[in-house]
Amino acid sequence: MKDVNILLVEDNEGDIILTTEAFRDMELVNNMSVVRDGEEALRFLRKQDEFAEAPTPQLILMDINLPGIDGKQLLGIIKKDEKLSEIPVVMLTCSANENDIDECYDKQVNWYITKPIDYDKYTKVMHEIEAFYVSFVPYHKTAR
Amino acid sequence: MNEIQILLVEDNEGDIVLTLEAFKELTVQHTVTVVKDGAEAVDFLRREGQYSDNVMPHLILLDINMPRLSGIEVLDFIKKDEKLKKIPVVMLTTSSSEADITACYEKSANCFITKPLEFGKFLAVIKSIEAFWFTVAQLPKSAA
Repeated sequence: MKDVNILLVEDNEGDIILTTEAFRDMELVNNMSVVRDGEEALRFLRKQDEFAEAPTPQLILMDINLPGIDGKQLLGIIKKDEKLSEIPVVMLTCSANENDIDECYDKQVNWYITKPIDYDKYTKVMHEIEAFYVSFVPYHKTAR
Repeated sequence: MNEIQILLVEDNEGDIVLTLEAFKELTVQHTVTVVKDGAEAVDFLRREGQYSDNVMPHLILLDINMPRLSGIEVLDFIKKDEKLKKIPVVMLTTSSSEADITACYEKSANCFITKPLEFGKFLAVIKSIEAFWFTVAQLPKSAA
């Protein structure tokens, strides 16, 4: 059993509930923190202001459409930051647009996943992400 | 995406056979090309010599310990190349050294997977890579 800190960057309340619920069902002991826009995500990751005590996540789940700095910009900032670039980022989005997919891989997203709209399928995809991450991706050192 | 092109970079014959066996059961249309060391992988991706007509892969499975050029050096080459860097790279290796894991994530590996030594577990890992990458995640277009 691994203890994993996950950061969810998502502004849609419905998706926040679905995602946290799906992860709660799993056996994994996880601590999911939720931030609602890109600026907040950066303060969290850099442990600034209200996030001075925030844990460093081992996995980031991110929506593309966010108010302010959008998901693609946020991804670019994380992957260019020496302290943060090694944290795996999953882009979790409604967009199946080929250009979005290409741009995210270009910016070094670890996985690009299209969110199913159907509730059961959504939960299943969350479980697959978690199972894959936990079983096969070794628990790598927390970023400093 | 009609047919998924996979590049397997692996020098161990046993691992090549096992990986290809596991891929045989894949329902998605695919072609696996095998190259046996790091330098050959670079030639393949640069379309040099015998590889001038190659089809670019949608996904690369890369071993770490190889003759001539190591997997980490090949990863570095891919992720520094403007055209190639969007291709997802899965490090598939017997190493579970924390230094290797961190080095690979810092160099933007998409995921790092430790190969189990036991046959049944090895097959399970390959199948879960397939399931995850080909049914849950979206892959970028071929790097032309």
